Amino acid sequence: MGLKGDISKHPPVSDKAQDAIEFRVPSDPKILKIVRLSVSHLCDLAGFTAEERNGTTLAVDEACSNIIRHAYDGAHDQPIIVTCKLLTNGVQITIRDFGKNIRKSEIKSRDLEKVRPGGLGVHLIQSVMDVVKYERSSRKGNKLTLAKYKNVK
Amino acid sequence: MLEVTTRNLKNAVVVVIKGDVDLYSSPKVRKIIIGLTKKKTENVLVDLTQVAYMDSSGVATLVEGLQQVGKYKGKLKLFGLESAVREVFELSRLDKVFEIYENEEKALGTLA
Repeated sequence: MGLKGDISKHPPVSDKAQDAIEFRVPSDPKILKIVRLSVSHLCDLAGFTAEERNGTTLAVDEACSNIIRHAYDGAHDQPIIVTCKLLTNGVQITIRDFGKNIRKSEIKSRDLEKVRPGGLGVHLIQSVMDVVKYERSSRKGNKLTLAKYKNVK
Repeated sequence: MLEVTTRNLKNAVVVVIKGDVDLYSSPKVRKIIIGLTKKKTENVLVDLTQVAYMDSSGVATLVEGLQQVGKYKGKLKLFGLESAVREVFELSRLDKVFEIYENEEKALGTLA
């Protein structure tokens, strides 16, 4: 389910496996800060502005939170794999889980006119990222590909 | 680690939040704010000066607090938003829903 953008226009700096940073974290909310710090540092390496860095960090955090809440139903001991790549003009981050397939309604940005708690995460991800692509695994789980490019308004 | 404390003033309670507000820590913020709304605290001021990061669960907690105070015609106002936190409110278009002030003095100045 490609929701936004086209990743193929911005190739990675290198396609060598060793140039991707991959880390596996448990689906525990207390680990989210570690993910944020890592992504934030990657954004600094990419030469992002503070706004681009904050947005990308927020999107990855929201994506991991959604996995914990929806794909894993709040379980704290399931794997989340985050793979980061520097692109020629930005970053690409893939987030993989092995939980329930996320339903279409769970990745739909909600109507902001209705002021109510909850449901903002997907809207925030789509607002700040240039590419948002959801894929359901044929076996189990979901893969979300996000990309952010420099100097794109 | 997130710290949430409250400070009682003559006409308001200030909720002081220190640290990142995310899926892990937002229940702690919720407990304090909803506790105040259960006591029908008339004016709740939330000090975000020391919050460098807030995700949608943090925003949702504040929206819930705002809705609860609205039920008894109380007020919930925010002040001291860092740029990263302000961006989240702007992206959610909630910067027009909340009363947001630069600092405590300005927020207090709006109370009757």
